[in-house]
Amino acid sequence: MKNIRNFCIIAHIDHGKSTLADRLLDYTGSVTEREKQNQLLDSMDLERERGITIKSHAIQMDYTYKGEQYILNLIDTPGHVDFSYEVSRSIAACEGALLIVDAAQSIQAQTISNLYLALENDLEIIPVLNKVDLPSANPEEVTDDIVELLGCDPEDVIHASGKTGFGVDKILEAVIERIPAPKGNPDEPLQALIFDSVYNTFRGIETYFRVFNGEIKKGQKIKFVATDKEYYADEVGTLKLTQIAKKSVKTGDVGYLITGIKTAKEVKVGDTITDFDNPTTNIIEGFEDVKPMVFAGIYPVDTEDYEELRNSMEKLQLNDASLVFAPESSAALGFGFRCGFLGMLHMEIIQERLEREFDMTVITTVPNVSYHAYTNKNPDEAFIVNNPSDLPDPSTVNRVEEPYIKATIITKSDFVGNVMSLCIEKRGMVLNQTYLTPERVELTFDMPLAEIVFDFYDRLKTVSKGYASFDYHPIGMKTSKLVRLDILLNAQPVDALSALIHADNAQNIGKKMCEKLKELIPRQQFDIPIQAAIGAKIISRETIKALRKDVTAKCYGGDISRKRKLLEKQKKGKKRMRQVGNVEIPQQAFMAVLKLND
Amino acid sequence: MSLNLEPHSTTTIDGVGIYIHIPFCKQACFYCDFHFSTSLKKKDELIDALILELELRKTEFETNTVATIYFGGGTPSVLSLDEINRILNAVFTNYAVTENPEITLEANPDDLSESKIIELSKSKINRLSIGVQSFFEADLKLMNRAHNADEAKRCLTLATQYFDNISVDLIYGIPGASHKQWQDNIQTVLDFNIPHISSYALTVEPKTALDALIKKGKIENVNEAQAEVQFHMLIEQLTAHGFQHYELSNFGKSGYFSVNNSAYWQGKKYIGIGPSAHSFTGESRSWNIANNSKYIKAIQSKTLPSEIENLSDNDKYNEYIMTGLRTIWGVSLQTIETQFGSDFKAYLLAQSDKYLKEELLYLDGDTLKISNKGKFLSDGIASHLFKI
Ligand SMILES: Nc1nc2c(ncn2[C@@H]2O[C@H](COP(=O)(O)OP(=O)(O)O)[C@@H](O)[C@H]2O)c(=O)[nH]1
Ligand code: SF4
Ligand SMILES: [Mg+2]
Repeated sequence: MKNIRNFCIIAHIDHGKSTLADRLLDYTGSVTEREKQNQLLDSMDLERERGITIKSHAIQMDYTYKGEQYILNLIDTPGHVDFSYEVSRSIAACEGALLIVDAAQSIQAQTISNLYLALENDLEIIPVLNKVDLPSANPEEVTDDIVELLGCDPEDVIHASGKTGFGVDKILEAVIERIPAPKGNPDEPLQALIFDSVYNTFRGIETYFRVFNGEIKKGQKIKFVATDKEYYADEVGTLKLTQIAKKSVKTGDVGYLITGIKTAKEVKVGDTITDFDNPTTNIIEGFEDVKPMVFAGIYPVDTEDYEELRNSMEKLQLNDASLVFAPESSAALGFGFRCGFLGMLHMEIIQERLEREFDMTVITTVPNVSYHAYTNKNPDEAFIVNNPSDLPDPSTVNRVEEPYIKATIITKSDFVGNVMSLCIEKRGMVLNQTYLTPERVELTFDMPLAEIVFDFYDRLKTVSKGYASFDYHPIGMKTSKLVRLDILLNAQPVDALSALIHADNAQNIGKKMCEKLKELIPRQQFDIPIQAAIGAKIISRETIKALRKDVTAKCYGGDISRKRKLLEKQKKGKKRMRQVGNVEIPQQAFMAVLKLND
Repeated sequence: MSLNLEPHSTTTIDGVGIYIHIPFCKQACFYCDFHFSTSLKKKDELIDALILELELRKTEFETNTVATIYFGGGTPSVLSLDEINRILNAVFTNYAVTENPEITLEANPDDLSESKIIELSKSKINRLSIGVQSFFEADLKLMNRAHNADEAKRCLTLATQYFDNISVDLIYGIPGASHKQWQDNIQTVLDFNIPHISSYALTVEPKTALDALIKKGKIENVNEAQAEVQFHMLIEQLTAHGFQHYELSNFGKSGYFSVNNSAYWQGKKYIGIGPSAHSFTGESRSWNIANNSKYIKAIQSKTLPSEIENLSDNDKYNEYIMTGLRTIWGVSLQTIETQFGSDFKAYLLAQSDKYLKEELLYLDGDTLKISNKGKFLSDGIASHLFKI
């Protein structure tokens, strides 16, 4: 045990976490030439393409230092706020963390909140100033920022470059010298923390865990505490680039477990694994049943694909336990599912995975958060509204509550004004403004979660020219003056476009939605009125003028091929449209109404 | 042997076409996105290359005979009689040609002096397609045409004395041109007793001068409603005067349909000679590079600078829908069934359903056709009937 080191990496997106992880794997000889590829740990195509880490990953490296063999377990974590619970569990599985900071960008909001999590878990923090090779690197100033944040010595900050490999030896040295070996008692009953699970078509769910006490042996009868389910450990082992089956995984180590579980839902990140016959009394703290924050309807573009969509969603859920869904029906779209997501990125990822991995063309309706409605009849009992159409008749409603968050934004001082006015426009209340350095300001707000759903990230990026990082956590429900804004196309309400919004913003948002839809819905052979309404009151209106000419003048020998391709492309586009009444609505129109300021 | 051009014909006849692209123009019309150059420096070399390409490709038609030869452009009327004859000689020496082929020359009014017309009438050219576009000065200026209104009228006066088979191009939907002016344009062509008219809505192609001028606000944008009204005026006037509206943009009196263009719409084979010219074998489409120097260079080294695309059944079905719907011949369900199978036929009927109900399409016996009401929307309709 004294030669094991468990550590994770805390970094803001693009600060070089994946690249540095690649270098660590190279340097320790954990990958052969043939296995090498960039962003090795991000195994999903989607992760590689977008350069984001969606799932946690773990890899074990062997490393000889001063003549001794060490086992280094690196747990890679997602960087986005949607996945902060997973991050917290990965952190809980480690004794140390590399805090990677881009030498040109300095520390960002997401990094700070994860850093605090790591500190709360008593992790040893190794600050790494990355990308020192960049001409725009600002090592002195960023080192000062780090020193100030951590209260460490400037000498403790390791200068490195994932690009050139500079400093990688120093990092490994620090991992061994500074991060404590795991403590724990091999003789106590098994106590292991589940920090992730992965679905494998052939082997079912692979559960990733960290053993705190005791050991887990092949064939052992075990129990998952939170779900109160028992299994046999069919296979256990450690996680090299490929899995290495072992007789047992011992105290302090990180490994995988196969039990024949078929669905990810059964394996809850944060749960404790223990021995069935001799269970631990010591349950690992911090377990939460993660709750979805954002809800949206997902419907097949082609109504006939409903069953296939259900199959696909079920399969997706096998490897993404945080996805929840239940059947619902919409007057406009027919049968589909109301789905719960961890956040907006998670929602995008699910939609994209449905398209890529399951070849499903889907419509995602306007997302919303989960509201609590109280009726006059039952003023103390919350009625949960995960879909705007479930909101009871306004005349019977006593009040509606919506979820609030505490948001932290770090930005450059130049943009404080812009960020502030954006947050106020988004119904935020300023709580605090702290100058981290003369140039860098941390702002905290209370604001409704719903405002994050509506066009927040993009606008934050715009008003701060990209120099703002954002983090949040929920703080509970608050009563708000909410109304349901309905959209009518050709005088027919389209429930999939309804949204609950604050009464004061209704006029403005209604107007912008009409304008946006006018831009997105292609002209058809008749005029299409678009109206925004609250109840029976029309608050805004636009008209999509009828298409009068849709023909190319010339179709001679040289035009046929090009024209055919053009019309084929149009046809493909139409396949992504959904007919509601007699109006064809493009798939992206349902989502694009979120981006009202583009 | 010739193409059967009667409206209800479904017989296929093996007349094939040769298209020759002359990529030169005197000046660039603002709306044009064709391939041409306004510099005549390379003209001699290019003509040699055209002749060489004709020789290189002489085996492509196998046993088919050529029923139509078409000089298009660009502006083929920049060619001298001698140059035209050299090219035609290359066609006749290397290909089997029917007895009375249609031989068309596209010409612009400013090139058609009396002497030129007389010269041409003595050549094998037997059909002129004249780019009049409008008889109004303001229209011609707005489009930057090389001729003026007087030249347009004068050239028709002369051309009709020496040629019987004449086609005139007219453009409608020109910003600022009233319905009355359009009416006058139609009337003028009728007065000249021209047997064939091709008429196009002014279209703003991306990256053309017209596009730029509209964006800068120098020219008023085209207006769909105006174009639609003028299109229907055209149909009404011409059909009342004995023309058949045999393709979306083409009107001909009996016996005067363009053999060359009908071949495109009836899926006949053709060879396109010259830069940017397209060819069709029945199974594949290919096109030459749209660059005069590169074209000449490649041909000089006896290689065809072309790209080829093989057509799948699906592609062929889509093309038949697209071209068929634009023409008087429509889309024969029988042909769909025999050529593509009953699945395609069932699919086509299912897709057509809503348009049949809306009377944008109609069934003429076993043939699916577009109604006058549907004509101006035919791209969207065709696309809906496509299979992908
Ligand atoms: N110049 C330089 N670029 C780096 C370095 N490390 C990473 N990058 C680049 O920074 C970008 C983000 O890196 P990545 O490892 O994907 O960051 P992650 O989002 O934290 O995983 C990529 O374009 C990398 O090539 C470094 O040390 N120096
Ligand atoms: S003459 Fe014809 S090819 Fe030449 S620029 Fe004008 S429209 Fe285009
Ligand atoms: Mg990454």
